[in-house]
Amino acid sequence: MAQITFEEISASDFFYRNRDIAGFTNPSRAIFAAIRELVENSLDAAESLKIPPDIYVRLSYEGEASKETQIYKLRVEDNGIGVPPRHIPSAFGQVLFGSKYKLKQQRGTFGLGGKMAILYGQITTHQPATIISSTGGMSKIYSYKLMIDIQRNRPIILDRKVLINKEQWRGTIVEFCLEGDYLRAMPKILDYFKQTAMVNPYANLTFVDPKGRLYRFTRVTKEMPEPPKETLPHPYGVDVELLQRLIQVTPYKNMLEFLKNHFHRVGEITAQKFLEFSNISPSKNPKKLSHEEIVRLMHMLKKFKDFLPPDASCLSPLGEELLKAGIIKELKPEFVAVHQRKPSTYAGHPFIIEVGIAYGGEIPKKGVFIIYRFANRIPLLYDEASDVSVKVINAMNWRRYKVTPEMPIAILVHICSTKVPYKTVGKEFIADRPEVRREIANGLREVARQIQHFLTRIEHVDREKKRLGVFSKYLPKIAQFSAKLAGKEKLPDIEKLLKSVKKFGTEET
Amino acid sequence: MIEKRKEVLASLESLGLKIYDQLDNGYFPSIEMPSRSTENIYYDPQVRQFILGDRKVRRSARNIRHLKPFTQLTWAATFSHELTSQRKTSTLRDVYYSAQAYEMTFTDQQESNNIITDLETVLGLSREDFNIFPEERSAVFGDLTIEYTVPGYEGRTLNLTSHPDGVLIGPALTSSEFVKTSADKVIAIEKGGLFTRFIEENVHKKFNALLVLTAGQAPRATRHFIRRLNGELNLPVYVFTDGDPWGMHIAMVIISGSANAAHLRELNTPDAKWSGVWATDIVNYKLPTDPLDDVDMKRLYELQKDPRYKDPLWQREIKTFMKIKRKAEQEAFSRYGLTYIVDEYLPAKLEETK
Repeated sequence: MAQITFEEISASDFFYRNRDIAGFTNPSRAIFAAIRELVENSLDAAESLKIPPDIYVRLSYEGEASKETQIYKLRVEDNGIGVPPRHIPSAFGQVLFGSKYKLKQQRGTFGLGGKMAILYGQITTHQPATIISSTGGMSKIYSYKLMIDIQRNRPIILDRKVLINKEQWRGTIVEFCLEGDYLRAMPKILDYFKQTAMVNPYANLTFVDPKGRLYRFTRVTKEMPEPPKETLPHPYGVDVELLQRLIQVTPYKNMLEFLKNHFHRVGEITAQKFLEFSNISPSKNPKKLSHEEIVRLMHMLKKFKDFLPPDASCLSPLGEELLKAGIIKELKPEFVAVHQRKPSTYAGHPFIIEVGIAYGGEIPKKGVFIIYRFANRIPLLYDEASDVSVKVINAMNWRRYKVTPEMPIAILVHICSTKVPYKTVGKEFIADRPEVRREIANGLREVARQIQHFLTRIEHVDREKKRLGVFSKYLPKIAQFSAKLAGKEKLPDIEKLLKSVKKFGTEET
Repeated sequence: MIEKRKEVLASLESLGLKIYDQLDNGYFPSIEMPSRSTENIYYDPQVRQFILGDRKVRRSARNIRHLKPFTQLTWAATFSHELTSQRKTSTLRDVYYSAQAYEMTFTDQQESNNIITDLETVLGLSREDFNIFPEERSAVFGDLTIEYTVPGYEGRTLNLTSHPDGVLIGPALTSSEFVKTSADKVIAIEKGGLFTRFIEENVHKKFNALLVLTAGQAPRATRHFIRRLNGELNLPVYVFTDGDPWGMHIAMVIISGSANAAHLRELNTPDAKWSGVWATDIVNYKLPTDPLDDVDMKRLYELQKDPRYKDPLWQREIKTFMKIKRKAEQEAFSRYGLTYIVDEYLPAKLEETK
């Protein structure tokens, strides 16, 4: 019980003291993190309704805070599902509200990112946040002014208004002030929008920065990926903490039912076999398990070989079509190849790798590959060098595919998983898991083969052009010299020959 | 000479017409010529020189790799036609630069030289026939009266003793007619220093000889000139070179021609004699020497297998060089006094190789 008390009393406090974990390390990082968390919540809110997101972000200057930092007002509007009025205060004013025991691919870093941003804003500016939301249709618009009671982790409602919703508006608006350093954060924020637009080609993103500059990222499609299905945890992926929680909430009175109903891909027979394997009585009440027994249960779950691998219905990859559309839209390359790998698993967690490679067009030549990394459709912008995809890219023999870093090349790697294997708490780069590494490498090889075909083709076209150039340079000269030598006034007719060279040329390609 | 010029112009024109007609009929023009690759070069004991075999190569404008050289060849033919019809001469270096006026660049001198050689092969004529000469450096001295045929000098005569440094063997001399001579032999000398010494020592009078300076490996015009002296005036030819594999080969090229000129005839003088300096002379005259280095030795092994060197004299000398592993220059005779070579060595060798 002490643990629960800890959570209730000081969840906000805990994150306040450990805000580095959530990415609010410094004023420039904080402003980036705040925008990112809210935009991702908004994307999720629209996608859960299967409607293409329309997101408007405005950052406006409010005044000096210190020598290096300023106060900004951040406003994020979306057309998402909206929050029912009775949930608004806790959804935005209480940390760890609404944790679930089911799994699906989610964007949010901790599932508390939005609240963390508001908490950070309150800590740095001591001003309330405004939340306006409607679930659309006939429902009204509710507007709240909130602060968070950090010690008690409770929302304090300062003001509440109910407005008539004539336009049948649906969505959520979050507005609050925070301290930050926009000038420093600007490149990352713009990168973030561009890359988010790349993997959300069905979203309209608008950003107005403190100088009043407008950045628009317009959708190119209304097609959206299948939303992920919620799924139960897979037995290979559980830890003691999760087991304890499940035991607390389970209505089932024996182990057989407990296993069948709370775990992914565990049916009657598998459950029986497992209980036999682990020497646990099927009729045992899970609530009666001692701490030692729970630990043992976890080890046995990991040891048992006959669980079916998790299926990937809980994942929502972008899909090759959308990935391609996004890359074309944001990078405007001359050539693009994308590939989606079949679902795979690591430690009981399903994951899918999607990769893309783009060449030429508006992609600049940098002397190194431009690498875009994504996890669950979130751009990863920090710690590139440590990321497993970068390691795989650097280890690949690109020459084999006629690719060199001197070319204008961009490479994109997207991992979706119910549990992205981040290496550190900062959650900015993917750990070097052999299963993940293998999938990335295989995906990259596939697109590398495609770009090789493309490069071979343009090489050929180039050669053909040069060939034609040589003929049209020299044949007229031969005509001129031979006419002179033969004492002819009229030049020989070489048009036919030049034409035949062209025909010959196209046949070869 | 006028006949020759007409013949040259006619064959250039027919080459032009051939290319023109092919183009005009909608074909990629192509030219066939004997292959000059080493596999197609044979030594013909009958004519006592290298000749090309039956193998042909085809240069076609359809082939992208042939297109540039084909164009260059057509240009070179046009340029040569212009030279010959206007009775002007040019050098290989000149050709290289002239091409640029026609936006017909050559990558380097070697490339333009090769094209001229191609043209020689196609036409079966030597470049001197279409008035392209190498840079002159060889000379002749002695009692021979010639009559010029070049424009502006037609009918004028010159005695080749009139200038004490000798007369340059250039286009004008090469194309002149021989009028009369009192000489009864030709002595060809590799080096300028010795050529001058021979003139100073009146070798031409004492031995009744025409002196020819080859200045190293004799240019083709000089080889042709020597052949004419031998053929038209019936003068025996004696060649004096340094006593090393390179000097030996200078003599051999005058006698049997070079592989590089296998596509051409009438450049060699099969009856010319190599009179020294032999390897056996180095031994017999106890000449001051230098050691043969690796390159020299390698050259000797090559020459040993060369069909031109199959005669016993040559084989004996090669073996002697290999045995003594020494070489000597013509100047080495100076250890016995400046005139020793003229007073003692020369008459002995002329007698020996008669």
